[in-house]
Amino acid sequence: MELALAILIIAAVAAFVAVPFRRGADGEATATVSTADPAMADLEARKQAKYREIRDAELDHAQGKLGEAEFARQNAELRAEAIEILRRIDELAGESAGDGAAERGGAGTAGD
Amino acid sequence: MNALGAAALGAALLTSIYALVAAVVGARSGDRRWVDSSRRAFYALMALLVLAVISLEAAFLRSDFSVRLVADHSSTTTPTLYKVTAMWGSQAGSLLLWAFVLSIAGSAALFATRHSHREVAPWATAVMAAIATFFVGMMMAGIVFPDAETYPFATFAAGMVPVEGAGLTPLLRHPAMAIHPPMLYSGYVFFTIPFAFAIGALITRRLDASWIRSTRRFALIAWVFLSIGLALGAFWSYAELGWGGYWAWDPVENAALMPWLVGTAFIHSIMVQERRGMLKMWNVSLIVATFALSLLGTFLVRSGVLQSIHAFGESKVGLPLLVLIATVLIGSTLLIISRADSLRSERRIDSLLSREAMFLLNNLLFVGLAVIVFWGTFFPLISEAFTGQESSLAAPWYNRYTTPVGIGLLLLAGVGPLVAWRRVSVSALRRMFALPLAAALAAGVLIVAIGGGGSEPLALALFVAGAFTLAAVGQELWRGTLARRALTGEGFPSSLGGLMSRNRRRYGGYIVHIGIALLLIGIAASSSFQTSRDVRLLPGESATVGDYTVTYVEPTSQAVGSEQKLVFGAVLDVRRDGEQVAVMRPSREYFSSRTADPTAPLRGFFEGEATSEVGRSGGVTRDLWTAMQPDLTSFEPIIEEGDEKFERFAAGIDFDDPAQVQLLANLQGEAILGLGQRYLDETPPADIRFNVNPFVIWVWIGGIVGTLGALFALWPGAESRRRRVGDVYATRLARELRRT
Repeated sequence: MELALAILIIAAVAAFVAVPFRRGADGEATATVSTADPAMADLEARKQAKYREIRDAELDHAQGKLGEAEFARQNAELRAEAIEILRRIDELAGESAGDGAAERGGAGTAGD
Repeated sequence: MNALGAAALGAALLTSIYALVAAVVGARSGDRRWVDSSRRAFYALMALLVLAVISLEAAFLRSDFSVRLVADHSSTTTPTLYKVTAMWGSQAGSLLLWAFVLSIAGSAALFATRHSHREVAPWATAVMAAIATFFVGMMMAGIVFPDAETYPFATFAAGMVPVEGAGLTPLLRHPAMAIHPPMLYSGYVFFTIPFAFAIGALITRRLDASWIRSTRRFALIAWVFLSIGLALGAFWSYAELGWGGYWAWDPVENAALMPWLVGTAFIHSIMVQERRGMLKMWNVSLIVATFALSLLGTFLVRSGVLQSIHAFGESKVGLPLLVLIATVLIGSTLLIISRADSLRSERRIDSLLSREAMFLLNNLLFVGLAVIVFWGTFFPLISEAFTGQESSLAAPWYNRYTTPVGIGLLLLAGVGPLVAWRRVSVSALRRMFALPLAAALAAGVLIVAIGGGGSEPLALALFVAGAFTLAAVGQELWRGTLARRALTGEGFPSSLGGLMSRNRRRYGGYIVHIGIALLLIGIAASSSFQTSRDVRLLPGESATVGDYTVTYVEPTSQAVGSEQKLVFGAVLDVRRDGEQVAVMRPSREYFSSRTADPTAPLRGFFEGEATSEVGRSGGVTRDLWTAMQPDLTSFEPIIEEGDEKFERFAAGIDFDDPAQVQLLANLQGEAILGLGQRYLDETPPADIRFNVNPFVIWVWIGGIVGTLGALFALWPGAESRRRRVGDVYATRLARELRRT
């Protein structure tokens, strides 16, 4: 009984974990399209962290913890870093769009 | 159902091994199919362990004594709540709980990072799968080594199944104890997630703050669980153990405190890496230490290596756990050393008057505190190794060294929020510190004036530091709210709500600081200004304890057949200046020994386990606490005589005849009731401990406030709001970019 149940359960688990290997062409296409996701997710996380820093600096300034000169210096520095992150996000988004267009173009050529 | 659980556990072992292998293959080859497959295997592991836990719980609820674990830790008369929680009162059950919580936490982490950490996540999966394999493997090893008692689905051979179980250890029959172990274990286990991602980041040299951003929430969840577990354990100690305190520096208490201390340091120091790119090596070292200490916590409960009230957890799994701890420490240290070049800080601390400098100082104190506790905990082993004699360090030793560090940490909990990142000017410092310093000074003068503190300088220092921190955090909230009100024009309550919900991490953390300040003030007051007296009273007699007069009014007695429990208690009348302030009912509960000789039923009650039900009367400024223990010496001849009669009677009955067995049981019941009546008629003196604990309720309030603060910081709704705000900033930043 126990052995039969174990075999049944293992078969179900094997079928579940084997899905990525059975996806074939569709799976590969998905993998290609999502290649940029981790980098984008990382940049998005860094953007949010930088915004949090900017908000904190503003709050510290409003509460009197940061003098005008120090706040101006920190604020400019943080915003420059945020802008750099935004620029990289735009670049990455552009690359992904370019890759997508190239793939669509390639597919069109093949279809033609 | 048992077969299903056993099959699920067997399959779980194979699945965790597969997850480990597939993750390593995927990480090394870069083949996403293997990585995705390993992640799915981890999800499957969770499903299998859920199945195993449900199967075992079903066996407990059905009182299926064919399962050894159920027979050893439950009985038909065990209340349903304790049948459910009995699983983790056992060794095999607690191993299953460890693996079960790990599979849930790991699956949540892998699901949350499925679109990110392409390089780090496979290695993190491998680490988590390796740890899961260890725990599931230890359980399965119990099949081969039944003496180790690690296999939760072990059964009795047909015909050997007992008709009744042994029941749950009486000390554990308390609501706090029902929740305390899973809370502590969840705390330990959730620290596995940041540890696994740290190892992944080290292997792949992706040592920026991205692994921290993805696992910070799990570290906070671990901290919340561990905090709740510690608080529940302290409350249980206060309410159930008859010694009158909530913290005894017991090795197992210390074992849970150490990862909490180092984990708290980690939660602070990762903010420095997130913002300033500093303390990278320190952070990976801290999370390795936190995880190793979490394993050590499990080891200390389960190994029985140190003398402890938790000795019921003694077992044979200590050595494998020790090997795992050594592997984690040695492997992680070698990995950190090999990645030293990638762990250099991106920046240096600009000024010693900056928040990052305060965080560094706070970290040193937290780690220092953990080192003190570690030394004290393992001193018995150290002394035995060097002198051949085991000697332990008592509470005064711990208090001497931990109190000054605690004062320092409490001060920093106030200083940190007042100081800005990077640097702060002297004029800003003056502005920010004026009010909190004035509040601290006023508190000190007031306490000395009312005569509370002159004789206890350390307690006075704690009060002053607590007042400073409460004023500092209050000022932060006040100034922040005024700043927001000036910006938005909203009313004060809306501004305060908006301020806090927009900055959950910051203000959630500050609420935790308020909680810690209240908790430490409560500890200082209740431990330094406690009035305690042990008296021996007969009914009608009185004693004076501080300002209170305690009178033993009458004895109480109760026999609870369903729990095989005999209760002897006392009703105490407590008065102050002639006015009644409380009626308290402490008692002593005697549980019939599990191995009681049926022919000596009376002695069986007094040779089994006994627990105290303390009497408490709480208030905002003081807690009245009392425990009693009747002196049953005068009952000895009665018990002996009664059991002799039973022995003679039992010698003449046929134990195969149900009617005669029932007759014996009825007589035993009557004898026990008679003993209870005798207690009421010829009441022996009772040893009564009566404590007046000032401000002890603030220990619990502080714990609750701190936990709520951490939950506020964790609340997921904040993320979506933040994104919307982020879009506003993005537009603004983009506009400024176009202008320049």
